Amino acid sequence: MNMTVTSTLEKAAAEKAATVEFRSLRREFGPTVALDGLDLTVRPGEFLALLGPSGCGKTTALRMLAGFEHPDSGAVLVDGADVTGVPAHRRDAGMVFQSYSLFPHLNAVDNVAFGLRMRKVRTAERRARAAELLELVGLGDKRDRYPHQLSGGQQQRVALARALALRPRVLLLDEPLSALDAKVRLNLREEIRRLQQELGITTLFVTHDQEEALSVADRVAVMRAGRLEQCAAPAELYGRPATAFVAEFVGTMSRIPGELTDGTVAVLGRRLPAEGEAADGSVDVLVRPEALGVRADADGTGRVVATAFLGAVVRVTVRLADGTEAKADLPAHEATGLGAGAPVTVSLPDRPVLVAGRAQS
Amino acid sequence: MARRLTPWRWAVLGLAAVYFLVPLAASFVFTVDDPRHGVDFGAYTGIVSADGFGSSLLLSLELAVATIVVVLLLMVPAVTALRLGAPRLRPVVEVICSLPLVVPPIAFVAGIVTVLKWGPQYLSRTPLFQTFVAVQNPTFPVVLVLAYVVMALPFVYRALDSGLRAIDVRTLVEAARSCGASLPQALVRAVLPNLRGALLNASFLTLALVLGEFTVAQLLGFQPFAVWIYNVGGSQAQMSVAVSVLSLLVTWALLLALAGAGGRDRTASSRG
Repeated sequence: MNMTVTSTLEKAAAEKAATVEFRSLRREFGPTVALDGLDLTVRPGEFLALLGPSGCGKTTALRMLAGFEHPDSGAVLVDGADVTGVPAHRRDAGMVFQSYSLFPHLNAVDNVAFGLRMRKVRTAERRARAAELLELVGLGDKRDRYPHQLSGGQQQRVALARALALRPRVLLLDEPLSALDAKVRLNLREEIRRLQQELGITTLFVTHDQEEALSVADRVAVMRAGRLEQCAAPAELYGRPATAFVAEFVGTMSRIPGELTDGTVAVLGRRLPAEGEAADGSVDVLVRPEALGVRADADGTGRVVATAFLGAVVRVTVRLADGTEAKADLPAHEATGLGAGAPVTVSLPDRPVLVAGRAQS
Repeated sequence: MARRLTPWRWAVLGLAAVYFLVPLAASFVFTVDDPRHGVDFGAYTGIVSADGFGSSLLLSLELAVATIVVVLLLMVPAVTALRLGAPRLRPVVEVICSLPLVVPPIAFVAGIVTVLKWGPQYLSRTPLFQTFVAVQNPTFPVVLVLAYVVMALPFVYRALDSGLRAIDVRTLVEAARSCGASLPQALVRAVLPNLRGALLNASFLTLALVLGEFTVAQLLGFQPFAVWIYNVGGSQAQMSVAVSVLSLLVTWALLLALAGAGGRDRTASSRG
């Protein structure tokens, strides 16, 4: 049943997967700059996550694509056509909101059929299509329920079906999972990803949760203070962050002091090739916990401060000789015997490392 | 938490009942008690045939309906626009809408009387003169509707505001817009149905206000129901009290009918 439904939908959507372009978007709200020249291109059929701390402008960018905000300057293009002046209801963009946004006076089927009603589709036809979409999101048996009779996760599923009802060219998800509890959130994000892949619809997903972004998106665009920091596939973003901000926002990062000269950095008693933008002199070397080696050593200058058991690995926090703290993930069997206060030696693998200007503390 | 009716609660309930029911019962006894014949419902049967009963009641109801329509057409778009577009203006509008509570009706009507006298003198040669005549048409005094709209503002504003507070207007409108609804469509199809309770409350309060209003109507020289009751009272004491009791029941029945009609639709739209 599901298969036949999705295959017909898929054809409809795949034909018109759209390219979305933001061109130097700028928007100020009074004294705060929400967008400060955002340039970003979303490829047809791509699942792109907009990631950033609150207030970085990611939601504003999404709302500009939806037509709810208007840029002070710059343009939004869909398939090369400038839609900046097009009103929201002609944008052809389905949206799922952060807060529960179902119409309280309509049941699930009528909520999904709302857009079709606006398009003056006949009652029987739109109810059939709405029922189809509810099947698609796994709520075929809840079609007569009203929003207050549905759980948060179910409400967001209905909202997703509603957003897809008009076969939009772009799907916009504005932190749709943030109001849900952890388990539901995990299920629903996988479901969203599955649907998106089946339908092949260009999708923008706003989130402040880096794990969410990395796990579902084709590419992740990290934003900071109204600008794009880096837009790359999750693996690249994690493994080769372009800036210190991205490195620390995505995943866990420790800062270990080093000395930069001529593109190499002296850190933890050895010299490694350096990447990233920093002036020669005192710098911080940014290290992922899984890259940092920790070995019990009676002569070691480092001291274990704390350990946390995370299942497959143990996260060990080590205080180095100069007082900075670094985090390392060790396999559980290697971490036995590393109690708090144990002397250790910390090492880095033979790879280029990312450096950044010394953090003020 | 189950609440039991403790003796203390019974005492409060009893006191309230005495306070409200004793005058009502006394009024009723007064209307049916005839020293010569014992119980006599003559006062009630006399009402229906009394001169002006039907016409004044009808006038009051017409005024109430017109006032409700005008005040809702005025306030629903205003309060919604306020919430969507200019939330910072809310306190200003709240204060303006509360003014009729501060200005006593007697001062209000004195102002209206002055304008009604002054207007025709200065405008006698303009088409506006006819306007002044028309608003004072005794078969349907528009001027009373205008006055009642002003007097109902505080109640209507509060009812609508609390109704809008209960729903996320902005998100509902945006959700509707992203579903292809234009702004007017979004307001009518997505917001208005969810304000049913608030609209009902506002209508309720306006209806009760108009049916019971006396000062403005009396001083402007019209005769809706409340004024008629007063006039009848001057000549026939028993009948005037009977009319009061009856009007109480009529108002009550109207409010119940309104609640019943709205309530049924409401349960249909939000079962559970």
